[in-house]
Amino acid sequence: MVPTNYYVILSAILFGLGVFAFIFKRNIITIFMSIELMLNAVNLAFVAFSQALGKLDGQVFVLFVIVVAAAEAAVGLGIIILIARNRQTLNVERVDLLKL
Amino acid sequence: MLEYLWIIPLLPLLGSAVNGLFGAKWPNKLVNVVAIGSTGLSFLCALEAVREFFESGQVLFHKEFFTWIAAGNFRAGFDLQMDQLTVVMVLVVTGVGWLIHIYATGYMAHEGGYYRFFSYLNLFMFFMLILVLAANYVLLFVGWEGVGLASYLLIGFYFLKKSASDAGKKAFIVNRIGDFGFMLGMFLLFKTFGTLDFVQLFAKAGPWPAEAMGQLGTFTIACLLLFTGACGKSAQLPLYVWLPDAMEGPTPVSALIHAATMVTAGVYVVARSHILFSHAPTAMLIVAIVGCATAFFAATIGLVQTDIKKVLAYSTVSQLGYMFLACGVGAFSAGIFHLMTHAFFKALLFLAAGSVIHAMGGEQDMNRMGGLSKKIRWTYGTMLVATFAIAGIPIFAGFFSKDAILFAAFQNQTGGTILYVFGLLTALLTAFYMFRLIFLTFGGTPRFDEHHVHVHESPWSMLGPLVILAVLSTIGGWFALPAFFQGPDYFANFLGPVFGGHESAEAAGEIAAHQLELILAGVAVGAALIGLGVAYWLYLKRPEKAEGLAKSLKPAYTTLLNKYYVDELYAAVVVKPLLWISTNVLWKTADVAGIDGAVNGIADGTTAIGDGVRYTQSGNTRSYAVWVVVGAMVVIAIIFFWPFGGKQVLGMVR
Repeated sequence: MVPTNYYVILSAILFGLGVFAFIFKRNIITIFMSIELMLNAVNLAFVAFSQALGKLDGQVFVLFVIVVAAAEAAVGLGIIILIARNRQTLNVERVDLLKL
Repeated sequence: MLEYLWIIPLLPLLGSAVNGLFGAKWPNKLVNVVAIGSTGLSFLCALEAVREFFESGQVLFHKEFFTWIAAGNFRAGFDLQMDQLTVVMVLVVTGVGWLIHIYATGYMAHEGGYYRFFSYLNLFMFFMLILVLAANYVLLFVGWEGVGLASYLLIGFYFLKKSASDAGKKAFIVNRIGDFGFMLGMFLLFKTFGTLDFVQLFAKAGPWPAEAMGQLGTFTIACLLLFTGACGKSAQLPLYVWLPDAMEGPTPVSALIHAATMVTAGVYVVARSHILFSHAPTAMLIVAIVGCATAFFAATIGLVQTDIKKVLAYSTVSQLGYMFLACGVGAFSAGIFHLMTHAFFKALLFLAAGSVIHAMGGEQDMNRMGGLSKKIRWTYGTMLVATFAIAGIPIFAGFFSKDAILFAAFQNQTGGTILYVFGLLTALLTAFYMFRLIFLTFGGTPRFDEHHVHVHESPWSMLGPLVILAVLSTIGGWFALPAFFQGPDYFANFLGPVFGGHESAEAAGEIAAHQLELILAGVAVGAALIGLGVAYWLYLKRPEKAEGLAKSLKPAYTTLLNKYYVDELYAAVVVKPLLWISTNVLWKTADVAGIDGAVNGIADGTTAIGDGVRYTQSGNTRSYAVWVVVGAMVVIAIIFFWPFGGKQVLGMVR
């Protein structure tokens, strides 16, 4: 039986990597993938706690997160394709119409 | 008419409203009809009311027309009353006022703002009548403030002239100082007696024991407060400074307001409150001293003034001092008697002075007059009568009233001799400066360019009132004539029911007292003749001597010419510090730095914060992402590391 904190630590590391990539990467698709990474890090934590507490709540949440992630992937990829078509780039630094 | 007493003040108010609202486009004649008609009718109504008052056996008439203010047990109503004192006042106000209205139609004929002038003049009549007819202190105060307002408007009538508008403000502000005392006096009376109605108040106050000399009891304080108000309105020391400046107004205004009627309001209030005053001997003595000091002080200033109206202004202050002296020594009826005769001869003096100024084409400096007696005979004759009256030459009105005052002062128990001596000196000075005025103006040779100044007699609308007032100035004192032949003093007897037993000293009528009175009258006449003689010698026979005298007494002369530097003293003691505080503390510190600073500071601070914070709204998506992460970390940090329960801080736990 692997102790719960191992899972939690792994989850935190994955989440940290996701955040790191989210902030420092320039390619939209990479950023998108880092979001997925964060979501799945959280999923891992949910499952771990669910197992530790012997309750199914965490697992139900994971299913919801997967559903939302799938929907988000569909919408997000659609946006990315539109950006790629309109601006001929995937670099977020250049998607700056909101800038002062 | 007595039942409809309110008509008397209402008529001038209507006249004022009609002229003020519609008169602007009317021809002068129509304005005249309204102004003179309303005051004339008011005079006739007053006569009728007086006739009914006599017919009813001279009992006090008192009627409550409607309640104006009612709160708890306090009631101030529009109540009018008529007694002997009111009779004198109301006839003087409407009668003299009417004559001056007529005069003003001639005097103001060529002035702008004609309708405005008469509107104000009628408004003044309204308030003055309210003042004298009022049956309680509150309503009296309405008239009191109202005449102050009318006075302000009329002094500043030539409002484009800075000195005139300044003089108006000065009159108003100085009067306010006195009014403050008057109001405090009213409050104290209400607190003590629970009513401000004359009849009730005096009935309640009557049985109280009189206070001892030197005792600062309720009566003394209340009387002194009322007297403060009277000092402001009647131009007594130390609040007299506004009256000489009030001469900036048109001459009929000086005659009506600043000589004949409004300034006597203070005397009227003191006489009306005589029951209170007779309970407060300390206050009486102070009234007498202030009156006597003012009479003497103003007379000395009057000696050297060269502006014809200024001389008369100081003589008004001086004569008002006489009236207060009379009230202070308990001779209220003598005070009111002098008030009446003074109204006649001082109105006449001012109107005649106005006629002189009119004849000289606006010149007021007596040094540039002279030799007018043959050119404007009517003015000269009437003014001479008034001068005889004010100087106290026998058979003229002023002689009787002044004599009664001096006699009463002489008989006063406390300091009677001193009061009498100063009163007598004042009489001498009065005769001197009045005849100086006559000789400088009418005597000698002309000191003006006769080719440029076309001296002309005034129209009959101006001379008519002069002649009537001259007659009144002559016979106005004859009520007291029989008293010299050991007969009754009709005037004092008439006012007897109002002033009650306080006249007992005079009414004693013993042979010794009578002889004393004759001797004193002789002394007073002697003093007047000395004044006349000196003036004749200095200004008619040896004009160069007068200048020599002025030179040899240079310091005294300049001091008098500058009115003892009282205005300068007030400016240094009151006005300058007030201006300094207003400028440096109220304006620059409180207003600019405090209030404006707070408002502007908040605005500037908001802008500055906005300037700094707007850099967070960079429009750069990735920086937003960083903010999200940082925010999440802060929230987590608060939840886990806040020393006293981060969950409560964020409201996650109830």
